[in-house]
Amino acid sequence: MIDKALKGDARYWIWLTFLLGIMTLGGFSYVQQFHYGLGYTGMSRDVSWGLYIAQFTFFVGVAAGGVMLVLPYYLHDFKAFGRITVLGEFMAIAAVSMCLMFILADLGQPMRVLNVILHPTPHSMLFWDMIVLNVYLLLNILCGWVILNSEAKEVPPPKWIKPLVYLSIPWAVSIHTVTAFLYAGLPGRHFLLTAIMAPRFLASAFAAGPALLLICAMVMKKFANYDPGKKAVDKLCTIISYAALTNLFFIGLEFFTAYYSNIPGHMRTLDYLFWGLEGHNNLVPFMRFSMILGIISAILIMIPAVRKNDRALVATCAGIFISLLIDKGVGLVLGGFVPSPLEYITEYVPTFGEIMITAGIWATGFFILTLLYKVAITVDRQVHG
Amino acid sequence: MDIKRRKFLKLAGLSAVAGIGAPSAFNMLLRGEARAAEGSEHGEEGHKAAGRGKERLGLVINVRKFASNKGLAGKCIKACHTIHNVPNYGNKKDEIKWIWVESYEHAFPEHSQYHRNETLEQLPIMTMCNHCDNPPCVRACPTQATFVNKKNGIVMMDYHRCIGCRFCMAACPYGARSFNWRNPREKDSRGRLKFIEHLNNDYPCRMRGVVEKCTLCVERIARGMIPACVAATGNTGAMVFGDLNDPNSEISRVLSENFTIQRKPAAGTHPSLFYII
Repeated sequence: MIDKALKGDARYWIWLTFLLGIMTLGGFSYVQQFHYGLGYTGMSRDVSWGLYIAQFTFFVGVAAGGVMLVLPYYLHDFKAFGRITVLGEFMAIAAVSMCLMFILADLGQPMRVLNVILHPTPHSMLFWDMIVLNVYLLLNILCGWVILNSEAKEVPPPKWIKPLVYLSIPWAVSIHTVTAFLYAGLPGRHFLLTAIMAPRFLASAFAAGPALLLICAMVMKKFANYDPGKKAVDKLCTIISYAALTNLFFIGLEFFTAYYSNIPGHMRTLDYLFWGLEGHNNLVPFMRFSMILGIISAILIMIPAVRKNDRALVATCAGIFISLLIDKGVGLVLGGFVPSPLEYITEYVPTFGEIMITAGIWATGFFILTLLYKVAITVDRQVHG
Repeated sequence: MDIKRRKFLKLAGLSAVAGIGAPSAFNMLLRGEARAAEGSEHGEEGHKAAGRGKERLGLVINVRKFASNKGLAGKCIKACHTIHNVPNYGNKKDEIKWIWVESYEHAFPEHSQYHRNETLEQLPIMTMCNHCDNPPCVRACPTQATFVNKKNGIVMMDYHRCIGCRFCMAACPYGARSFNWRNPREKDSRGRLKFIEHLNNDYPCRMRGVVEKCTLCVERIARGMIPACVAATGNTGAMVFGDLNDPNSEISRVLSENFTIQRKPAAGTHPSLFYII
């Protein structure tokens, strides 16, 4: 079936070549980082996690977002998702692959990564995260591929795959819950020490994942003659809008607790992120932009006229995606480290090489996604004509 | 070897089959919790011995002695950093430190005073790993590269197992951990170490990509010596080292005779370091 990814028009190959180019540049940067050490990045003693871990967190969400297609289709028999559910599963594969690459890029001793398996440590949340992410990757590869394969052969999928599909639904919730537990259990970081971390992660994931999927579907509609179906698009919009609103609500809750309780530890990071703290305000424009964009996009996607206009819809979804990317893929993790446990304010700025490695991982993710989607829509066209 | 292998196979098997492994792993988790709860009993009261004969090494730091004896803090830092080959990069971004001087405001951020007096403001607070009885870093580490020495309660580091994920740094509420952002053994064109002034061949220097911190001089304690910082204070009484669980130790006496405080007791970590302000 993979052979279907080897036939495409000029635009397809130009796109892949472009991605390969960025992957190569990212690869070069990684070689440099590998030889120098993580001092190659902008991280420091006070801000010891940076762009890699922040992006990792965001893409765990994108991966988990795929379940918003699997669940209605398999649990509620929502037929309109029949053609795009596999897109959700394939997006999860690409996103989890990116997560694993981000983790690897962030390790000081990547050659020792297997120590996590050689010395299993159940009291460490990172150990569990490693397990749930890898199993989720495997589940999605199996479910997506096997079901698409039977579709291509126009036979019903094998019976044994069904339990795995059902398992993948709670498993999607688990990956983002365990990822939230990485942060929500740290005693010295007030901003991260919040019980609402996991629900907030899930809400933003269920908005960001489907938003990216909808953008991809619309792009393929324009360039690859693929039709996700009106009903499916409309339903996705509903899912995205509810999830985005829930996420905004959760953010509001964080603000209430911090500012009404007036406890300095809870307020200081929000101060830093949205108003600047003692003259340090690198992230302020980003966070404000993210917040405003998030609110506007969440309103727009509820308007029927926007949903019916492909361009407006793509722009709105992009708004939601970018808003959440900044909120979770930058602000959340970096904010957790400012101020430091000793109340110092150290700002973090990613280096050029660090951004190149991040871009390389993005390109790799999109490369995987493109190949998988190419296979999926070729099969789709074969079957549905 | 055989036992270790069997233990590994058992754990690997259980963890691989997550569904079957979960209950057993969960038990391990619970056992960890039970141990933590057990620890909290004697940690809660801190000063008291309740340790069922188990050794728990700690320090009392008399900040006033450091204030009246200028240069003493610097001596402690130098002793520690020289013995342990702690590199000096001369910049904040790459900085590695095991023991350092902090201001009262930063060492005890939750304590507030109205019109804080100047003496307090300028007190040199010696800061290092607290060797917590309930260490969050150990809980966070995915490889047990940082762990509690069962014999004496020291929070240890295995530099050969650390994968450099820095989860422990995120977990530590005291900022006690440093990461090797670059190669500390880097040499200049003449083959001399760039960041380590005098290499101590009796103690390993680290490699890039691993976390390090104060180990309460576990290597000296094993040879019957006291920690280097304590030794550097001589007979000033600025630092008292000993077994918190031994009612007859000097440290127990000092703790029972003085008003001492711990850093961030609200974090529930039960530090083994106590301060006389």
